Amino acid sequence: MRRLLNIRPRGGGRILLGLVPLLAVALFYLGASEARHAQNAHDKLLPTASAMVEAVKMMATVDPLTGEAPLLVDTAASLKRIGTALVIATSITLILGLVIGLLPMMKAGMGPLVAAIAVIPPIAILPILFIVFGLGEVSKIALIVIGITPVMVRDLAAHVGAIPEEQLIKAQTLGASTWQTALRVALPQAMPRLLMAVSLALGPAWVFLISAEAIAADVGLGYRIFLVRRYLSMDIIIPYVIWISLLAVLMDVALTLISRRAFPWAHPKGGH
Amino acid sequence: MALLDFSNVWVEYGDKVVLEQVDLSIEAGSFVSIVGPSGAGKSTFLRLALGQERPTQGSIWLDGEPLTPEPGPDRGVVFQRYSVFPHMSARDNVVFGLDCAGSPLLGRLTGARRRAAVAEAEAMLEAVGLGDAVNVFPAQLSGGMQQRLAIAQALIKKPRILLLDEPFGALDPGSRLDMHELITKLWREHGLTIMMVTHDIKEAFKLGTRVLAFDKRRRDPQAPHRYGSTAVYDFPLDKKDTVIPEALTRMTAPSEG
Ligand SMILES: Nc1ncnc2c1ncn2[C@@H]1O[C@H](COP(=O)(O)OP(=O)(O)OP(=O)(O)O)[C@@H](O)[C@H]1O
Ligand SMILES: [Mg+2]
Repeated sequence: MRRLLNIRPRGGGRILLGLVPLLAVALFYLGASEARHAQNAHDKLLPTASAMVEAVKMMATVDPLTGEAPLLVDTAASLKRIGTALVIATSITLILGLVIGLLPMMKAGMGPLVAAIAVIPPIAILPILFIVFGLGEVSKIALIVIGITPVMVRDLAAHVGAIPEEQLIKAQTLGASTWQTALRVALPQAMPRLLMAVSLALGPAWVFLISAEAIAADVGLGYRIFLVRRYLSMDIIIPYVIWISLLAVLMDVALTLISRRAFPWAHPKGGH
Repeated sequence: MALLDFSNVWVEYGDKVVLEQVDLSIEAGSFVSIVGPSGAGKSTFLRLALGQERPTQGSIWLDGEPLTPEPGPDRGVVFQRYSVFPHMSARDNVVFGLDCAGSPLLGRLTGARRRAAVAEAEAMLEAVGLGDAVNVFPAQLSGGMQQRLAIAQALIKKPRILLLDEPFGALDPGSRLDMHELITKLWREHGLTIMMVTHDIKEAFKLGTRVLAFDKRRRDPQAPHRYGSTAVYDFPLDKKDTVIPEALTRMTAPSEG
């Protein structure tokens, strides 16, 4: 008998194995929803699939009053916020991560500050952000940036700091200056890790986005689900949650694909 | 005037003395093998020559000038591992040295200069037997091929001295022999000066024109760290004489294998 830990699913079997629990959850939900509706045709808690499809259709069609389809404007607003925040956080991370990881002086100077910022719970400073930046876009984006950047910086700096010293010495014996070493040795090796840090930060980034939208916004995916909560509109909330998850998964997949395409050396065959 | 001079060099970490009273001259064109038990300070000695470390006392001279106290293109190096850049193809690994010299801002040559650099790098790769692997990333090269690449990378800068720290230590016996042939050939053809640390005493005598053995000259049983190592044996070899002195075999035996 082979040990469990040696049995690896492959190809189609692997996809199937991943689908089974997903389908099971969906079926379980549909069964429960059916049962509740059998008792009470107006049940709002577990809407039927058809009710959710109807709700999505409604949210995705242009409302004659506003001239906009709520699902589309919400998605656009949220993606713009999270996208802007990710671009800012990634840029800061790249620069600080490289500098702190590579230069002992910067590590001594900046390391403690980054570590201190990293332990502040970002939601706790949301009021400060609202006071300083107002209730507009800036404070939402700032919350995400402040929430995810310190962890990303520490991760990247640690990764750059772990580049074998042999490589850095070798670069110097090949005549590389600090700048050239950063540009040609550290930066390329930091890139795949940076993309990984971004994909790990996606989860927290969505949390901060939805929190900020829930508290102060007039458009956005988080705003909408907290708005319709008042009417117990589970038929809108559930599809929105699924849509948010789908967006998060798509962003994650895109990052992985980019990394594989752009940095083949970092993804040896058989590796992840 | 010797190429590299160590005069009364000491290296101490806190109260631990690693090297003491090292007085050595390395002649241009020599192939110096360095042996000694583990922890004897062989790598430390090489790091001094590299400029990665500074002596606590004493001075080091390269070509009659005080040695620059940081690594530079006049001293090439190959370590046992991690000597090549994993994110560059074999070709780019070798071109990198030329990129650095020719393009301070971008670190990358372009146009005709790039083409000339690539041609030079490919000739060097050919010379170390990697002519067929120019496009390959290091992870896809065997250990021996990675070391060939590291050597090619170092030689493109035409260093005054090439420092090797157990360069073949991780290789199987077959590839080791191939590498011996290669390094001897390159040493002759390019008129190199080489300092090589090895744990394999046969290798030391086979390749070297001079063998240095590092060990402690004095021992204090109560405080072993108070005395450092120095070159306790210094054998100039003419290539026919390969009888390995017994004292040396005994000294390095425990650290072998
Ligand atoms: N940065 C350091 N701080 C303190 N001690 C050090 C440092 N670097 C080296 N040493 C000590 O110096 C001694 C010599 O180390 P070194 O690496 O030069 O030995 P070696 O002869 O190359 O050994 P090996 O054959 O195992 O490679 C060791 O005892 C080591 O613990
Ligand atoms: Mg060593």
